[in-house]
Amino acid sequence: MTKRGAVLENRKKLDASFQVERYRRDFPILSQKVYGKPLAYLDNAATTQKPKSVIDMLNRYYSFENANIHRGIHYLSQQATDAYDEARQTIQKFLNAREAREIIFVRGTTEGINLVAQSYGHTFLKSGDEILITAMEHHSNIVPWQILSDQIGAKLRVAPINDNGELILEEFEKLVNERTKFVAVTHISNALGTMNPVKRLVQMAHQLNIPVLVDGAQAVPHTVVDIQDLGCDFFVFSGHKIFGPTGIGILYGKAELLEKMPPYQGGGDMISSVRFEKTTYNKLPFKFEAGTPHIAGVIGLGAAIEYVNQIGLKNIFEYEQELLHYATSVLMKIPGLRIMGQAREKASIISFVFDDIHAHDIGTILDQQGVAIRAGHHCAMPLMERLGVPATARASFAFYNTKEEVDRLVQAIHAVLEVFG
Amino acid sequence: MISEELRELYQELILEHSKKPRNFRALEPASHTAEGFNPLCGDKIKLYLEVVGDEIKDIGFQGSGCAISKASASMMTTSVKGKTTSEANTLFNEFHKMLAGSSEPYDEGKLGKLSVFSGVSEFPVRVKCATLAWHTLRAGLESDGKVVSTES
Repeated sequence: MTKRGAVLENRKKLDASFQVERYRRDFPILSQKVYGKPLAYLDNAATTQKPKSVIDMLNRYYSFENANIHRGIHYLSQQATDAYDEARQTIQKFLNAREAREIIFVRGTTEGINLVAQSYGHTFLKSGDEILITAMEHHSNIVPWQILSDQIGAKLRVAPINDNGELILEEFEKLVNERTKFVAVTHISNALGTMNPVKRLVQMAHQLNIPVLVDGAQAVPHTVVDIQDLGCDFFVFSGHKIFGPTGIGILYGKAELLEKMPPYQGGGDMISSVRFEKTTYNKLPFKFEAGTPHIAGVIGLGAAIEYVNQIGLKNIFEYEQELLHYATSVLMKIPGLRIMGQAREKASIISFVFDDIHAHDIGTILDQQGVAIRAGHHCAMPLMERLGVPATARASFAFYNTKEEVDRLVQAIHAVLEVFG
Repeated sequence: MISEELRELYQELILEHSKKPRNFRALEPASHTAEGFNPLCGDKIKLYLEVVGDEIKDIGFQGSGCAISKASASMMTTSVKGKTTSEANTLFNEFHKMLAGSSEPYDEGKLGKLSVFSGVSEFPVRVKCATLAWHTLRAGLESDGKVVSTES
């Protein structure tokens, strides 16, 4: 069987119980109209919509359980603390991390990366060391390393990509050397959908004992992530990109690394005792959770992950791959449309351009047809520069999107051509 | 299929200027230059002015951007060329009033062809596309040499 044949064969294994129409009803926002037209929400790489179970959980928390955690000696505080701790375990199992204390609650992917750059990077890297990233990183996996580099005199190295938007593995391998002291790579490119072979990258880095951070913001809503299998040292993602609330995210770190890292911020919850002469820090994970956390967000994220678990990320991946291939084939038929990023391994994200129509004009016209996409540089300006375009239009699909919505995207693009024809 | 609002936004004159921008060139030498940048969408413009006394003798621009920003830059150059700097400032103010959707009425007579951009006010996220060239013009005339950003 050809490789493509095998892929198609594999794709048939999509569970018959996967019913997109049923899932759509779980998301109240999806049934609304914009400009009198049904909403086709294709901007899931920016943020995902929330199922009713998450919205209800937030409502229940504020209606019946709200209290500060790890403090009050009263009923509500215990309820809130239990729910908070339970969510941490849900996330530990979701990532297949060894221990719950390796799961740190942060505001989002960005804060997680900044935490590692400042706490680990500032402590263990020094002048002349190299930090290796890739050409397809989001600004949030570039700028924290630039800030660190400026502070300590380290050097940022960038592994290049090919014209298909794939990381060039040989070049990456060449850049991993004895001066490299940290590697930070994205699992899935937010702008192109490229899926990086992170397990291999981790193996390459680990041969020289270099720790690796994986930016998993775009990975967790699309594909199964097994932290122990990937072998990475840090993994970060945002709750709002996996159907949970905004303002909450996860930093996974290997316990032995987190143990030797200093706190990122000081305040409540991260201490065990404070005297003016000396403060003793709390144990993991609390050492990194200063201040009253986003309790509702944590509980809401727990509910989002339970919702995803019910459908199953394997099913989600198979369904989205079908949708991706369908969308790719129909979009390629549109005259003048170029898809940016044609990696062999891709998640359900499609960036496209026209030579003489700017992405923002596409975005505005699509919006008027009820089709929500993203137009711009996708917080990846260096990547846009590498691709030689100022901006792209990006349609990004979740498991609740349908082929009918892809057809509406295509129709709406024809309206763009009508205006600019 | 195409809504009335979209027709208002992408009027023929705008599409025509975006496809064939006027004064799309660098001036050498130029008495004043300025750069404009919209960090939200990456639109960039570099503006060249040849001001003699009080008169904008010549003007040119280069850059990349959406249809609205390109057409606006093109039509800005044609409408201020040969005008005095204070006349250009008046146009700036009227243009701004038209797009800011302010309660104060704008002077359509003064704006002339530039009123073709009035439809942009229905699209708040696109207002910055239309005003980028004008902000850059103002910066150029003040010639403080800084890059103007629509975010500032």
